[in-house]
Amino acid sequence: MVSLVGMALAAPAALADAGVDRLGFAGKIPTQVGLNSAWVVIAGCLVMFMQGGLAMVEVGFVRGKNAGSIIPKFLVNFSLCAAAYWAVGFGFSFGDGNSLIGTSGWFMGSAHDFALAWPRYTNGVTAEALWWFQFTFCAIALAIVWGTTLERIKFSVYIVFAIAFSAFIYPVVAHWIFSDGWLRTDFHVQDFAGSIVVDVTAAAAALAVLLVLGPRRGKYGSDGRPRAIPGHNMPLFGLGIFILWLGWYGFNPGSTLSALDGRFPEIVIITTLAGGFGVLAAVSLMWFRTKTFDIGMSGNGAIAGLVAITGPAGYIDAWAAPIIGAIAGLIVVEGVLLIDKKIDDPIGVLSAHGLAGIWGGLSLGLFAAPRLAAYNLPGSHGGLFYTGSLTQMGSQALAIVVVFAFVFSTSYAVFWITNKIYGLRVSPEMENAGLDISEHGMYGYPEQFIPAAEFGLSGVPALERVGTGPISDPEVTT
Amino acid sequence: MKKIEAFVRHEAFEPIREEMLELGFPSLTVTEVKGSGRQKGIVETYRGAQLTNHLRPKIKIECVVEDGHVETVVQTILKHARTGNVGDGKIFVMAVEAAYRVRTGESGDLILQAHEPAQPDAS
Repeated sequence: MVSLVGMALAAPAALADAGVDRLGFAGKIPTQVGLNSAWVVIAGCLVMFMQGGLAMVEVGFVRGKNAGSIIPKFLVNFSLCAAAYWAVGFGFSFGDGNSLIGTSGWFMGSAHDFALAWPRYTNGVTAEALWWFQFTFCAIALAIVWGTTLERIKFSVYIVFAIAFSAFIYPVVAHWIFSDGWLRTDFHVQDFAGSIVVDVTAAAAALAVLLVLGPRRGKYGSDGRPRAIPGHNMPLFGLGIFILWLGWYGFNPGSTLSALDGRFPEIVIITTLAGGFGVLAAVSLMWFRTKTFDIGMSGNGAIAGLVAITGPAGYIDAWAAPIIGAIAGLIVVEGVLLIDKKIDDPIGVLSAHGLAGIWGGLSLGLFAAPRLAAYNLPGSHGGLFYTGSLTQMGSQALAIVVVFAFVFSTSYAVFWITNKIYGLRVSPEMENAGLDISEHGMYGYPEQFIPAAEFGLSGVPALERVGTGPISDPEVTT
Repeated sequence: MKKIEAFVRHEAFEPIREEMLELGFPSLTVTEVKGSGRQKGIVETYRGAQLTNHLRPKIKIECVVEDGHVETVVQTILKHARTGNVGDGKIFVMAVEAAYRVRTGESGDLILQAHEPAQPDAS
């Protein structure tokens, strides 16, 4: 905490040269930087909209008594993340520093703090565009974390962990793999748009909080067998999936950080194929297992395919995308069925993001094309099918193990301490009543839970009594 | 023949149903109801404005059994529905004059479920 105070004090120095153009051009940026930055800002807007998508997935997958609680959760987490990522998170991620952590660029600092934003790709974007894009990644990772905690966690817990995650945990991982950290520079780890950095990170934290928190009441019977707790609105869930899929066209193609090298449209195709084959594989497998065309699994399949392609999207040829997506679709179905037996993951975060993210990270060890991998770092290794070597597979596995261990242990510590001091769970009575009424004072669907007899009529004068005689027709008398 | 009408908390229903099934009383009807009693209402807050709700949700269980089985069923409901707090609910027992099975037109006690342990559904 001492060092954080020191950073805050350093802010006025950064303010002093706020008028300095970060790229060193007097009031103008080169055309290509403007074009690239415009594309990256738009892509960031698409990723930002994924907040709404994930919110609708969660709303759809919870019971009606918890539907409203999702909305303030997303807004507060997103807002805390913005503050924390602006203050220190971006500096830890992309500020100049050493191979373990960035050590400059607090509160968006000065031009010299972000040398990385400029030379990493051929044309470059402004540091502000990079901030916006990377912030939306951090924010969606944070949002994914809470997917395992629905219907029973205290609202106030969000505040503690949102800050720890956005200010430190996520930025460190992003520095190691997205910036010039040790996993990227020493081991040439490839993760184009974050199968590992976003999804494995989020799933590791989601597992940590779930293990401290425990399952929802009634999820497991006295015999220990899992019971379905059906979500209350499948159409809203479906809208959420479509919004997330749309957002992925910012997530992956935007991660080129360039509008000019012609690669981002290829990545649009690759992303589409992987999501589509994720759906087809998940729906097919569920049909073979249950003889039904499962609603929820069709969506989980889409997410799994898209999560898995997030890491490889920029480093593979299009032929590999259907394979990666389809395998992710199979993984998510088996993962959900298996995980549900033991731990309560209401929307399938651990499978759709954790297992599919791990698969996406590892798939680069098989499918990475050497000519595209060179975009990550010159001399980067290709995958097994191009090189016959498992070198890259080893690096990818190392990155997954390291990221999982780091995120899981730090998150578990934060949640364990919070639980000891304050408690993560609402009381059983509150959980039965639902978080909407018990934590937020009002139902997400008031008319469903408040009897019409009472709804909104308190204090309203009664209609004039007409006595017991014949009732005149109002149409006629007025 | 008696009709048992019980008003209980939502979370009490599932254990009651399970035990009644084991005891051989699978036939019952359930309604989501709202009512008031000694249990206090709750105050809702909508964007700072308050709304008091006096009617609380309960589950109404209706079940018709032979006279000799009333005590068994009532005790089962009491066992699972009681938390000791205000708002646990009420049980009413009333006489039933006649009963018919629609499918066959049979009437009388024989239309009630036989008092033998029911077999859970294989699935």
